[in-house]
Amino acid sequence: MKKMLILACTALIAATAFGNDTTKRKTPPAGTVQKDEDAPAITLPQGFKSVVVTSGLGKARHLTVAANGDVFVKLEKLKDGKGIIRLHDSNGDGKADETSGFGNYVGTGITIKNGYLYASSNDDVYRYKIDEKSGKVDIASEQKIVTGLVNKNQHNSKSLALDNNGNIYVNIGAPSNCCQVQDRVKGSPGQDPCPILEKAGGIWQFKADKTNQGYEDGVRYATGLRNVVGLDWNTEVNDLYVMQHGRDMLYQFYPELFSQKEGAENPAEELFRVKKGADCGWPYCYWDIDKQQQLQNPEYGGDRKKADRCTDKTKSIVQFPGHLAPNALLFYTGDQFPAKYKNGAFIAFHGSWNRAPEPQAGFFVVFVPFKNGMPDGKWEVFADGFSGFQQGGSTGKAKYRPCGLAQGPDGSLYVSDDNNGTIWKVSYGK
Amino acid sequence: MKRSMLLVLVLFIATAFAFQQKQQPAGLKAAIARGKTVYENACLACHQPDGSGVPNMNPPLIKTKWVLGDKKALTKIVLKGLQGGEIEIDGDKYHNPMPPQESVLNDQEIADVLTYVRNSFGNKASMVTAAEVKALRAKLK
Repeated sequence: MKKMLILACTALIAATAFGNDTTKRKTPPAGTVQKDEDAPAITLPQGFKSVVVTSGLGKARHLTVAANGDVFVKLEKLKDGKGIIRLHDSNGDGKADETSGFGNYVGTGITIKNGYLYASSNDDVYRYKIDEKSGKVDIASEQKIVTGLVNKNQHNSKSLALDNNGNIYVNIGAPSNCCQVQDRVKGSPGQDPCPILEKAGGIWQFKADKTNQGYEDGVRYATGLRNVVGLDWNTEVNDLYVMQHGRDMLYQFYPELFSQKEGAENPAEELFRVKKGADCGWPYCYWDIDKQQQLQNPEYGGDRKKADRCTDKTKSIVQFPGHLAPNALLFYTGDQFPAKYKNGAFIAFHGSWNRAPEPQAGFFVVFVPFKNGMPDGKWEVFADGFSGFQQGGSTGKAKYRPCGLAQGPDGSLYVSDDNNGTIWKVSYGK
Repeated sequence: MKRSMLLVLVLFIATAFAFQQKQQPAGLKAAIARGKTVYENACLACHQPDGSGVPNMNPPLIKTKWVLGDKKALTKIVLKGLQGGEIEIDGDKYHNPMPPQESVLNDQEIADVLTYVRNSFGNKASMVTAAEVKALRAKLK
């Protein structure tokens, strides 16, 4: 009987303990990098195929390809202590069979120009000598060419593009949603003028070959851009093009102006052709998808009718649905793809979060046909199937999130994903 | 004898569970229901309908030490907000700021929404009361 009582008491204690607070994690940690050799084929237009170059790199942001075909990937989280990964394909099957790394800083931007590999942390820009015939990087040649840029966590990616005249263009995102006095607090008014624009919320131009440049050495090339992660120099017309991430929270902050669905679709994600001195409107203006017009933001007295101070701002040349998060822009100059792709724009959309509770969208690569530097037809989805869900999945459950684009020497298109760190090589024919 | 022992055991366990049910603090169900509405209006856009957050930007609310741990620390985050970058979960940092809610939500709303979050998305933790929020709000002033 005694035994029985003890047993029963034990059971009672166990049952009680079950009901208590659970403070221990029982699920596997989120964001764990999993090596995934069998990544499903992404969907592509007829005649295109893809091969997984590598996977499991983790937060693979932008990437670039050297003349010999070596792929360089910039990581936002160090892998084995390295922030830049070099992938070499020695047998020509598209898959990387040699992987090495260097650079002990995290970041997004990476590109190659005139014998130098340029890469950015979230504060600085570096460059290294590269022999493009062998893909060999002289790591000891590292130079810091730009330093001390605004980095306040939010929108801190420093994306890079170079022109043909020795200049480098660096995005400095605004650490803010819409320059409110209290960022992202409902009812807080917009600061006027917005002080953030002095050192962020635009594209800065620096010399590509001068070391330790700060704000005083650079030129604010374009302003009024909330956050640009995808930008490219179009060599056909010699202009800078940028994809802006539009503002968040229109429905949440202004339900009297935007329905839940309108808040998911607004504002547009915008493609701008940027001339020196351009002001693209942020934080005062946004592009209204329903009105097809650049209008004043509600934080600055906007009512979805007023354009007022937005009338003299630079207008975007293509508008996409809201919150899709354009993280890469690339003008295709290769000869491998069919003729319609020549000089057109590929854009990698990272996928939305501020559309909830409406279904999330994006997680794809789109193509916009161009003629003489201007859009020449509607945009279309080029590569899809990254998220692994058809509709309604939450952002955190997306399997892959497109983040970077690069063109290989043979005209192939490379796509990176910063969820798992998968790299695809997309080719036509053969 | 063996069978009767088993019977007593089952009876004890059943009683224990029933006891547990009764032990639920008064008003938990109602607080969770009210908190859900607050969550949908003030939190869902960033932390998402299933509490899974947004990678690198807005932290998940699923079984993290921030949500299930010290109630005061959690309440302070809701009242005073964060700059962004302070929350690290499994080596990943979350970059977006947490907007302070002290001017947006009252004590009862903060208590309810935290009770909801601590008892949703697979979480199970004690209630947060309006009195606790009120005391902390006064202390942080």
